[in-house]
Amino acid sequence: MRGRIRFIGWFFTSLTGLSCLLIVVAVSIILGNIVHHGWDRLTWEFVSAEPRMGMTEGGIWPAIFGTIALVLLMTLAVVPLGVAAAVYLHEYAPQGSRLVHVVRLALQNLAGVPAIVFGLFGLGFFVQFAGGGIDRVFFSGSLVVGQPCILWASLTLAVLTLPTVVVATEEALRAVPRTYREAAYALGATKWQMIRRVVLPQSIGGILTGAILAVSRGAGEVAPILFTGAAYYLPYLPKRLNDQFMELGYHVYVLTTQAPDVEATKPILYSTVLVLLLVTFGLNFFAVLLRSRIRRRLRTT
Amino acid sequence: MPIIDILGFSVWYGGQRVLRDVTLDVRKGEILGIIGPAGAGKTSFLRSLNRLNDLVPGFRTEGAIKYHGVNLYRERIDVPTLRRRLGMVFATPAPLPASIYDNLVFGPRLMGRMKDLDTRIERCLRAAYLWDEVKDRLSLLAPSLSGGQQQRLCLARTLMLEPEALLLDEPCSGLDPISTAKVEEALTLLKAEVSVVLVTNNVMQSSRVADRTAFFLDGRMVECGPTRDLFVNPKEKMTLEYISGRFG
Amino acid sequence: MDPHVSELLRRGERRWGERAIEVAIHSSAFIVVAALVLIFVFVAKEAVPMVTSPEVHEEVTIRSMVEPLPNGKFSWQPVSNVPKYSLLPLLVGTLKVTFVALFIALPIAIGAAVFTSEFAPQWAREFIKPVVELLAGIPSVVIGFFAIMVLATWVQDATGCIVRLNAITAGIGLSLAVIPIVYTVAEDALSAVPQAFRDGSRALGANPWQTAWGVVLPAAKPGVFAACVLGFGRAIGETMIVLMSSGNAATTSIDPRESLRTFSATIAAELGEVVHGSPHYHVLFFLGVVLFAVTFVSNLAGHWYVNRLRGKLRGRPASPKPVVAEARP
Repeated sequence: MRGRIRFIGWFFTSLTGLSCLLIVVAVSIILGNIVHHGWDRLTWEFVSAEPRMGMTEGGIWPAIFGTIALVLLMTLAVVPLGVAAAVYLHEYAPQGSRLVHVVRLALQNLAGVPAIVFGLFGLGFFVQFAGGGIDRVFFSGSLVVGQPCILWASLTLAVLTLPTVVVATEEALRAVPRTYREAAYALGATKWQMIRRVVLPQSIGGILTGAILAVSRGAGEVAPILFTGAAYYLPYLPKRLNDQFMELGYHVYVLTTQAPDVEATKPILYSTVLVLLLVTFGLNFFAVLLRSRIRRRLRTT
Repeated sequence: MPIIDILGFSVWYGGQRVLRDVTLDVRKGEILGIIGPAGAGKTSFLRSLNRLNDLVPGFRTEGAIKYHGVNLYRERIDVPTLRRRLGMVFATPAPLPASIYDNLVFGPRLMGRMKDLDTRIERCLRAAYLWDEVKDRLSLLAPSLSGGQQQRLCLARTLMLEPEALLLDEPCSGLDPISTAKVEEALTLLKAEVSVVLVTNNVMQSSRVADRTAFFLDGRMVECGPTRDLFVNPKEKMTLEYISGRFG
Repeated sequence: MDPHVSELLRRGERRWGERAIEVAIHSSAFIVVAALVLIFVFVAKEAVPMVTSPEVHEEVTIRSMVEPLPNGKFSWQPVSNVPKYSLLPLLVGTLKVTFVALFIALPIAIGAAVFTSEFAPQWAREFIKPVVELLAGIPSVVIGFFAIMVLATWVQDATGCIVRLNAITAGIGLSLAVIPIVYTVAEDALSAVPQAFRDGSRALGANPWQTAWGVVLPAAKPGVFAACVLGFGRAIGETMIVLMSSGNAATTSIDPRESLRTFSATIAAELGEVVHGSPHYHVLFFLGVVLFAVTFVSNLAGHWYVNRLRGKLRGRPASPKPVVAEARP
């Protein structure tokens, strides 16, 4: 009887272990497959040249440039707003106030909104309402910003990545010991002076981590930019805020689903995916490294 | 000549009362020692003087603390200015995570008084008995100093504010005897310019350096008087018992 | 007046800049709340004509979306001579692929979470968690790419069905996106069960499995349930994976070997071609409202459970923290 119980125990334990194995295997297969097929084409020319011959030759530089420009703009928008919101939540909000609870609830739910709904929001609010409104008021109705462009796409992504930045910043703020704050007050600092001169400099690492994570997420999301400015092929690089742009993830999507000759574009496709993965993972890795270095330093002081 | 007048002052943290009707005064040119067992309200008292207790949720007061006649809790004052006039040093050394130099100039930078910094730095470090040890290492990170050095640094940076009085909360707890002696020496030399309110768990320390001593117990100020009188001939029985070590 | 006193009473007139900054910080909190509200408002705004506009009603009404057509069938064909807007194919498609995905993802993720928190040695734990975070970090467009390029062929070889892009392919791909969040929340819930429970069970002679199954898992049930709910929300809302690997055919078949269409993929596929202001346009936004509502409710429920659990174990009501943001490293 005991033998049978032990066997059942062993069986179920193995099943759970198998689940872990499955996950590890799945990730390895996906990454392995992409690296295997995409590695050959990954040359300097690939990342620096423009696409030719209907996306079967050349490089994907415009998509890389577009992605960089997109997340840069997004960062400019999301970091100040996210840091400010985190500072409010942690430093200014009265303990247990209803507003704090509502803000946190809003953040939590913001994080769960489907990406395509963000796309609809970007179209309905940014492109049509804000952009259309600006056109009517400042440009007497001509089409200047009331169209899909890199400005609105980056702002849409900024709203999407806001929770990431706020959470990371709050974690950093929480790690600043009370003794530093009290010392600053005792030396005659006002609340903002204390935050600016003591708390924020100490939190820079965590804020940076949050920003990097946001960038990594923003570089990978395609649904929000489908209708807010991404384009498949443009003969120019986005130079103005109301330009459209090429983007790595969007490129993968279109190339996968709409390219006429799948076999011919396959190599470029794989390499593009590899570039996207390298960017996303590289940033993630960097952020994790930064975060563990910060945590280690805090544990020793 | 009193700088601070405390009149029937009581403190609550939420529902808990920690100070009861304390009446006391802090005079110019003296060291006022405050002794008493743990939980007597000494630290709450000290933190009320520079309104640092404002940070505690549920903090409530009754009575008055008057600084040069200004009722600190009933009139609208500029609290940061008050905290510079009554500079505080905490029980656990609290250096800012920056260089010694940056710690020292933190206060002056906020005040916008950046003239003659080097002279003032030297003066304050000497007064805190720290100059010789760090004079050529001012860019060293403050947290890397020893406990005793950190505490003296905290004293020096508070002196940089040119305060009228120092509020010291058990500044020598956790310090070795040599650092303690240095701090006590510094205070004795400073008191003419900067009055001192010294909260201490060490009864002997108060008998060494304080001009007057006040004995706190259970949130009340039991007795206050010239140190020698208090120690030799205390008026209250509890004072005698505490001083002779019967409890505490 | 005593110089001491005058400086003390001068109430910070020089602090204009600081006041402005503090106003900005306070308003940022409002902006966060406003963002969520605005998302709902502006998506709903474009969907409102579904209810109010007579022009739209000539082509489609909410009623017509749920009722069968004159020929008794349900059909989604917005681009045709007689546009048809039945919700049923989309609903069936969404539920079909979600079911497949959860069927695969929930056992794997929860099993892995149990293993990680109850049986795994330290080295394994420190290996598995980063791997799951790695999985969470893979953009969904890449998973969709992998699904259509590789998974579809495998599924076809394994099942012998003609159609490559179907619920099975898309479901497997979708499960890859769902696993990380279910794993993270479930593992959190299991780890939060006090060690005393396990010690007590072991002291009574139970082996690790009996402890895990009989003591820990029941104790963590609310958290694990919440994990499933959040996984469901994630599956419902996912776009790119299904867009790329489900075949995009709106049928009412419940056969997983056939292509399907989900709400999210419909929006993504058709919004690019639609005429601004046309009934089709408003219908798509209406789909967005439905999607938002469903995921909002399920996320609210899931998070409420998680927050309550956090609070219960810490002995005080907890403040909500975005869980999805944590699932990604």
